[in-house]
Amino acid sequence: MSLDKATVARIATLARIKIPEADREALGHELSSIVAWVEQLAAVDTTGVAPMSSVAQMTLPRRADAVTDGNRVDDILKNAPAAAHGFFTVPKVIE
Amino acid sequence: MTALTDLTLVEARDGLDRKSFSAKELTEAHIRAVEAIRPLNAFITETPDKALAMAVESDARLARGEGGALEGLPLGIKDLFCTRDVLTTAGSHILDGFRPPYESTVTTKLWAAGGVCLGKLNMDEFAMGSSNMTSYYGPVENPWRRDGDNRPLVPGGSSGGSAAAVAAHAVLAATGTDTGGSIRQPAGFCGIVGIKPTYGRCSRWGIIAFASSLDQAGPMTRTVRDAALMLTVMAGHDPKDSTSATLAVPDFQAALTGDVRGLRVGIPREYRIDGMPAEIDALWQQGIDWLKAAGAEPVEISLPMTPHALATYYIIAPAEASANLARYDGVRFGLRVDGKSLDEMYENTRAAGFGAEVKRRVMIGTYVLSAGYYDAYYIKAQRVRALIAQDFDRAFETVDCILTPTAPSAAFALGEKMDDPLAMYLNDVFTVPVNLAGLPGISVPAGLSADGLPLGLQVIGRAFDEATVFRVAGVLEQAAGFTARPRPNGMAPLTKSAAQGAL
Repeated sequence: MSLDKATVARIATLARIKIPEADREALGHELSSIVAWVEQLAAVDTTGVAPMSSVAQMTLPRRADAVTDGNRVDDILKNAPAAAHGFFTVPKVIE
Repeated sequence: MTALTDLTLVEARDGLDRKSFSAKELTEAHIRAVEAIRPLNAFITETPDKALAMAVESDARLARGEGGALEGLPLGIKDLFCTRDVLTTAGSHILDGFRPPYESTVTTKLWAAGGVCLGKLNMDEFAMGSSNMTSYYGPVENPWRRDGDNRPLVPGGSSGGSAAAVAAHAVLAATGTDTGGSIRQPAGFCGIVGIKPTYGRCSRWGIIAFASSLDQAGPMTRTVRDAALMLTVMAGHDPKDSTSATLAVPDFQAALTGDVRGLRVGIPREYRIDGMPAEIDALWQQGIDWLKAAGAEPVEISLPMTPHALATYYIIAPAEASANLARYDGVRFGLRVDGKSLDEMYENTRAAGFGAEVKRRVMIGTYVLSAGYYDAYYIKAQRVRALIAQDFDRAFETVDCILTPTAPSAAFALGEKMDDPLAMYLNDVFTVPVNLAGLPGISVPAGLSADGLPLGLQVIGRAFDEATVFRVAGVLEQAAGFTARPRPNGMAPLTKSAAQGAL
């Protein structure tokens, strides 16, 4: 599988990383060599093997549905690049 | 008298109890040592004022007889652990200026036990790397150099700043994190001890996430006993991490009995890889002989899925990373690069904020999780991961631990292997399977290469059996008698040309 420029552009959009047009071909070659290498797994027989998403042999712990934290607006906004009136601010999204 | 910076963690703690010196004196000596190693670029942030204030409090507690297990002991913290009000960067431009309003669970435990914070240690960006070359804050230099060759060497990665600072005696010990070898490989390259505990042993809460099903924190120290002491403090259940184990934490120092008689030590034949330097093979054989002489029984075992572990890792880790790193969008913390729309602001911020290796892995992760490829890559890798874990399960039916080299080479020069990501990934060939299976693994300095660089051996144990890992590591440490040191203090500064050549 080789990643062409269009595929690189599509993945970059999904990943929300701006990749300049001029860099797409070289990055495509680089990513293709990694993808070609991981494709060795296709040769492994995994018939009947369940996918392993975690090694932790436990069920998710549960606790009472109670508020345990909150009222920390200043803490939360302290690191924001831009904030106003107790909210994060972003570029205008509605015309 | 031994210099205060030459003490082990355990010796320094004893010295404080005996009032041979104060925590303030011990801390001042380490602050000077931190200043002296600035040419190594091991620290991103030094916190001398905080360290002195903590040391003064430690002296007060010691005077009242209330000293904790790490009371007054100066430590370095990998810059992946969130530390309240102290700059925390993960080695990335995208976390510019981030001062967490909270403290990670592991560092909370260290400070509660009396530890003193000397500062935040350099690392590969978001812990992605095996050389510390991917840090936004520049490469770290290994305090070791080859005999007769003055070129600066990498400390390994991603916990490269931690390994260099411990090896250069600037800190008594440091924290690291290990997703595919990031504690053990730099420990091996710098001639120190580093253990990745069982997945779930240490809380991941407040540690900036790379690959959540693989990440674990652990100590990096100059002796096995120090690692046992520090892990005992770092480990334990934390309700804030749903994958944190509810098991009790033993006193790991109690495991250091020196007695491995009758212990069955697995030697995996698949770890004899093509192109491995003869001296690494020889060191491995030496390790086998040491354990045999101590009464253990080497047993050849097979871990047949080993050749597929790296490829499995380089699907699963980037996939998890691409999801974890989605939070860096210029809205809540760190860098923002403006754009005409919200999407463009995201794209500009992430383009400017992430380095080349992080972008590469986020792109790979996004690709293997995208529609049409999810089953062929991601689910397939999870199935192979299950087989890798089964390999270890089967092996541990007949052996008590496994002995391997830590890495397939000694430290390499700054700038080497940078043009070929796959060559760099090979550094972790012996460590990655351990993360995939969630098992504990330790690297112990065991000898020197022909050109005078440290080489490590790795001991792998059953899940939550760090005790056996420490016991075997202690016997190896004793037999190896590794006393070699990198050049003390008089290190030549990293010249401008060398630094540029590396970038």
